[in-house]
Amino acid sequence: MNYNLKENLMREERLSGGHRMCAGCGSPIAIRTVLRQLEPGDKAVVTGATSCMEVSTFMYPYTAWKDSFIHNAFENAAATCSGVETAYKALKKRGKIDETWKFITFGGDGGTYDIGFQSLSGAMERGHDMVYVCYDNEAYMNTGIQRSSSTPHFADTTTTPAGTVIPGKLQKKKDLTKIMVAHGVPYVAQTTFIGNFKDISEKAHRAIYTPGPAFLNVMAPCPRGWRYPSEKLMEITKMAVETCIWPLYEVVEGKYILSYEPKDKRPVEEYLKLQGRFAHMFKPGNEWMIEQVQQEVDRNWEALLKLCEL
Amino acid sequence: MGIRERLSGNEAIAYAMKQINPDVMGAFPITPSTEIPQYFSAYVDNGEVDTEFIAVESEHSAMSTCIGAEAAGCRAISATSSCGLCYMTEMLYVAASDRLPITLAVSCRALSGPININNDHSDAMGVRDTGWLMLFAETNQEAYDNYLQAMRIGEAVGLPIMICQDGFITSHAIENIELVEDEKVKAFVGEYRPKHYLLNKDEPMAVGAYATPVYYMESKRQQAQAMMDAKEVIRKVGAEFGAMTGRTYGLIEEYRMEDAEEAIVIIGSSAGTAKEAVNQLRQGGKKVGLIKVRSFRPFPAEELCAALKHVKAFAVMDKDDSFNAHCGPMYAEVCAALYAAGISGPKGINYIYGLGGRDVRVESIQHVFAELEQIASTGDVGETYRYLDVRE
Repeated sequence: MNYNLKENLMREERLSGGHRMCAGCGSPIAIRTVLRQLEPGDKAVVTGATSCMEVSTFMYPYTAWKDSFIHNAFENAAATCSGVETAYKALKKRGKIDETWKFITFGGDGGTYDIGFQSLSGAMERGHDMVYVCYDNEAYMNTGIQRSSSTPHFADTTTTPAGTVIPGKLQKKKDLTKIMVAHGVPYVAQTTFIGNFKDISEKAHRAIYTPGPAFLNVMAPCPRGWRYPSEKLMEITKMAVETCIWPLYEVVEGKYILSYEPKDKRPVEEYLKLQGRFAHMFKPGNEWMIEQVQQEVDRNWEALLKLCEL
Repeated sequence: MGIRERLSGNEAIAYAMKQINPDVMGAFPITPSTEIPQYFSAYVDNGEVDTEFIAVESEHSAMSTCIGAEAAGCRAISATSSCGLCYMTEMLYVAASDRLPITLAVSCRALSGPININNDHSDAMGVRDTGWLMLFAETNQEAYDNYLQAMRIGEAVGLPIMICQDGFITSHAIENIELVEDEKVKAFVGEYRPKHYLLNKDEPMAVGAYATPVYYMESKRQQAQAMMDAKEVIRKVGAEFGAMTGRTYGLIEEYRMEDAEEAIVIIGSSAGTAKEAVNQLRQGGKKVGLIKVRSFRPFPAEELCAALKHVKAFAVMDKDDSFNAHCGPMYAEVCAALYAAGISGPKGINYIYGLGGRDVRVESIQHVFAELEQIASTGDVGETYRYLDVRE
C-alpha cells in the first residue's frame, strides 16, 4: 500500500499525550511514528530501556502506553524483549494464545550503543522476532548530557566540555548501524524525521513485519543537549540528511539500499551552526575542527555509496 | 511409592524442571551449575519438554529474559552460581519488586578473588537482601524436593525463589534419591495462572514504573508483607509435600535439640557432617544438638528463638564472611532475633568456615562443640568472631 500521511495520522495514537517529555524532543515523535506502523488489529508489547522516555511516560500511577509495556533496566531492554517474545512462542505452542503480537523495544543511544550493547547484540544474534528501535540523541540526556559513544566528534557535553585544552569530545561517533548490519539480521535501517515522514514510516513497517530481528536507528534530537529552539527540530534533522551527516539507508538481507541522495550535498556547517553543542567550533582558530568533520562525513558518505553500489 | 534413582544434585534439579515442564528457561553456563542448563537443553532438544530455552549471552540477560517471560505470563526459570549470581544481582531486585515468581536454581560457589570454583555461601548471602525467597538444601534429595515446592511457594506470595544447594558437594556428588512420579508432580505444582500479564489480549499491562517518594515506600512495604506471608506458605506447602512423599519440610530442621545444652546453627550440606558429629558426641553422653536453617528468606526468627532459648551456648556457622570486622551474616540475624525476643541466656559465638571449599570434617564440628562446652561451663564467651580450620 502506498504511504499516505493523512491516513497514517488518522490511526489511533498508541502513545497518548500528556507525558512529560520536553517540547521539541525527537524521542516521542520517533515512538509515535513507529507505533503507528503497527497494523491496527495487531497487539504489541513494548519494551523500554531506562531513559528520559521511560521515566517521562511511565511515572506511577500513570502510563502513556496504550499497549502492554515493560521497563526493566537501563542495559537490558533487548534481553527483556527477547524474554517476552519467547514467552509468546511458548504460549502459542501450548495453544494459550491465538492473536498476533509484535515486540518492539525502544532505547536511547546510551542504552543501545553503550551499556545495553551486549544485550542488544545477544538478542539480535539469537534471532528473536522483534524490532529494536534506538532513538539516538547522541548523549546520556536523562542524566544531564554526558557523552556516549554515539556523541559526535568535538561535541560539547557535560563530560566532554569544550575547554581551553580539550575542545569537546575527542572521539568520533560509533557507527552502530553498520555494526548491526554485521550481525546478519534480516533488516537494518537508519532514518529520521524528514518531509512527510514517509521514510521512517515505511522503514518502521518493514522492520515490524520482517520476520526475525530488525534494528532501526532513528536520529532523535534533544533540544536541551543539542541546544536548539524546540521549533527547529525538523530543520535539524533535515540538515543532518542534506549534509550526509546522517544518511538515510536500509540494509535488507545484507543488501545496502540508499534511501535518499541529496541533490545538492550541503556543507557540514549548515548542520553544526544550528546547535549550541557545536558553537565552539565556529570560534576563530577552530576552523580545523569543521574541516575535519567535513572530511569524516565525506569519507563515510563515499563508503556508504560504494556499499550501495554492490 | 516414589521412584528410586541415583542422581547428582544438578541432575536432580534438571529432572525436577523436566517434570514441571516450565514455559521458558534463560540460562548461561557457570561452574558448578552449568550441568543444569546442559541436562535441560537435552530435554528440550529431544522433545521431552515444551519449554523454550534461551541460550543468552550472560547471566544478566538470563535474569532479564526471565523477567520478560514471567511478566508476559509464563513460568520462567534459570540456574547459576557465584559470579553469575553477582552479575544478575541488579535484575534480582527488579524481579522481586515486580513481584515475578521466577525460580532460580543456585549451586553455591565462592566469589573471586582469589578465583575459586568450590563451595561456600558468599554468592547466595551476597544477594540475601534482593527480596527473593531462599531455600537451602542439605542433600540432593532436599534440592529436588525444594525445587518441586518452589513454584507453589513463590507464586502464592508473588515473589521469586532461589533453590540453593552446595556446589560440587551436592551438585556433583551422586546420591540415592527418591523421585516423585510425573503425574503427582504435575498435580502438586499445578498450572501458572497469573492475574495480570503482558500478553493478555483483554487487558494491557504496564510493568516497571518509575515511582516517586510518594509511592516507592508503599511498594517496598508490600514486598516486606509478601515475605512475612511466605512463612506460613512454606510450612503449608512443606506439610502437603510431606503428605504426598513422607518427607515433610518447615522453615528449620531441629536435630536432637530436645534436651540440648549446646547447639550449632548451620545451613546446607555441612549439616550432614554436623549431624554425624552430634551423633558421636551424643554417644559420649554430651547434650548437643543442631538447627539447620532451610529457609534463609524469610528468616525463621521465631523458630530459631524457640529452638535456642534453653541452650547454654550456641555457635552460628557462616560459610561466608560479611567483612564487617564483627561477624558473618547469619550470626547477626540470629542474635538480632534473640535480642528482639528478649532472650539473653544463651551465649553465642560465630564461626566462619568452609570458605572456597575448605573441607569441613566431623572433627571440625566436634571442635566447635568442645569450645561451646567450655563456654557453657565457664560462662566466658571470649572472641565471638572466629575462623574455623584456618592457618593463621
